[in-house]
Amino acid sequence: MIEMINVYKKYPNGIVAANGINVEIEQGEFLYVVGPSGAGKSTFIKMMYREERPTSGEIIINGTNLAKLKASRVPYLRRQIGVVFQDFKLLPKLNVYENVAYALEVIEEAPSVIRTRVMEVLELVGLKHKARMFPTELSGGEQQRVSIARSIVNTPKLVIADEPTGNLDPETSWEIMNIFEEINARGTTIIMATHNREIVNTIKHRVIAIEGGLITRDDARGDYGYEG
Amino acid sequence: MKARTLGRHFRESFKSIGRNGWMTFASVSAVTVTLLLVGVFVVIMMNLSKVADDLEKDVEIKVMVELTADEAARATLEEEITNISGVAEILYSPKEEELNDLVMDFGEDLRLFEQENPLHNVFYAKAVNPQETEAVALAIDELDNTFEVKYGKGKIEKLFSFLNTSRNVGLVLIIALLFTAMFLISNTIRITIVARRRDIEIMKLVGATNWFIRIPFVLEGIWLGILGAIIPITLVTFLYYKIYHMLSPKLEQGKLFELLEFSPFIYQVNALILLMAVFIGIWGSFMSVRKFLKV
Ligand SMILES: Nc1ncnc2c1ncn2[C@@H]1O[C@H](COP(=O)(O)OP(=O)(O)O)[C@@H](O)[C@H]1O
Ligand SMILES: [Mg+2]
Repeated sequence: MIEMINVYKKYPNGIVAANGINVEIEQGEFLYVVGPSGAGKSTFIKMMYREERPTSGEIIINGTNLAKLKASRVPYLRRQIGVVFQDFKLLPKLNVYENVAYALEVIEEAPSVIRTRVMEVLELVGLKHKARMFPTELSGGEQQRVSIARSIVNTPKLVIADEPTGNLDPETSWEIMNIFEEINARGTTIIMATHNREIVNTIKHRVIAIEGGLITRDDARGDYGYEG
Repeated sequence: MKARTLGRHFRESFKSIGRNGWMTFASVSAVTVTLLLVGVFVVIMMNLSKVADDLEKDVEIKVMVELTADEAARATLEEEITNISGVAEILYSPKEEELNDLVMDFGEDLRLFEQENPLHNVFYAKAVNPQETEAVALAIDELDNTFEVKYGKGKIEKLFSFLNTSRNVGLVLIIALLFTAMFLISNTIRITIVARRRDIEIMKLVGATNWFIRIPFVLEGIWLGILGAIIPITLVTFLYYKIYHMLSPKLEQGKLFELLEFSPFIYQVNALILLMAVFIGIWGSFMSVRKFLKV
């Protein structure tokens, strides 16, 4: 479902963050992306939902070639992909319910469908009782769960997360991981950049390591692999 | 776009006004100040223009007919004056009427002239364009059987130059005012932009199209504009009502000029203020989201 062929990314400041990446990811996989800071993990992920464009190479997602995608089509690409951010990216003026509903309002879903779907995913992430609260009234872990709820509410086939546990304490991180496991069990592809050795080594999945903009390792059921 | 999405945009725009407390206040204040200035100024300018028109309309050319001219000569003169291009209307006042006017102004003593009336028969003419009065007067003077042609030489030219100057000054002031207003509002927009930048970025990352983001902002801008129009409309209407009813009776006695009638003038001004409010709102919100829709 995802294919990258010879992907290069050079930022305007001259830094090369992707230096010829080739990878194939099947529907339903759970993929960890590991590597040191500045290795190019975020860039790898951002190119999948077109927050960044590759300088050269092909990125094909669900049959769409992102290199050829017009700017006006980008919103439609993003609706097929749920994205979970390290800093949550919730709209501060909207409450929990409204933040999640936003992803369905953009696709002009019927209000009755919105109501049931939003309550379903809030139930899944365990925040049904805080639906009327605003992001500032929530803990980091709760905000991240809202962000996850928003990313899956329109049932995308692919969910991408960039260090979703990076700002959370260990216990909360495990809770978040359980949610991702459950989403993955329903057949959704998950791609997750992470620095969390314990998680990667405990919940085993395919691991790719990125260093200096290159994939240096790709193990079907791998370990975190770095000492430290 | 589906109808229910439009409904959603309306609800969203109202909600945003309530939740953006101080930003709503800042924008509404900027619009209020701007429209108040514009409103007061438009009222003053329109009335000044009305006064100028009134004064101009009063400018007449007095054509005194030669004493020797008989009935036929007088009729010919009337026709010749009418035929001059640039003459709007002409009114005949025989010497008996002229004496009557004098008696009215200066007293019954003058009645003794009724036996032997020394006055001239008079035509009163007006130029189509009051500013061409002098040229018209000169043309009439060329005709036969005119004894004297008067039109308040000098005084009129001064009046016209005063009126033209005040019109120009008004125009300059309006332009200056518009610049101030734009500065005021674009400053408010700049504050809003900073606050909205992140929101817009997030909306785009979640898959919103540009119009999906823009429409609620534009609607919100319209509501802010309308909120900002309330005080200016109320104040301008109230003040003009007071001033109109205070000055009108006095001006009616003077007969020189009048203010624009309260209705429909003030309703037109209010409509203008409201229109500008909506325009400012739309323009402002377009400006404040434009830059960040490219994420
Ligand atoms: N927007 C950007 N402009 C310029 N350089 C960037 C930008 N984003 C990332 N980089 C650089 O690209 C390299 C890879 O960054 P990133 O993909 O964020 O790595 P990681 O997520 O693995 O820490 C780093 O050297 C970083 O400084
Ligand atoms: Mg990163």
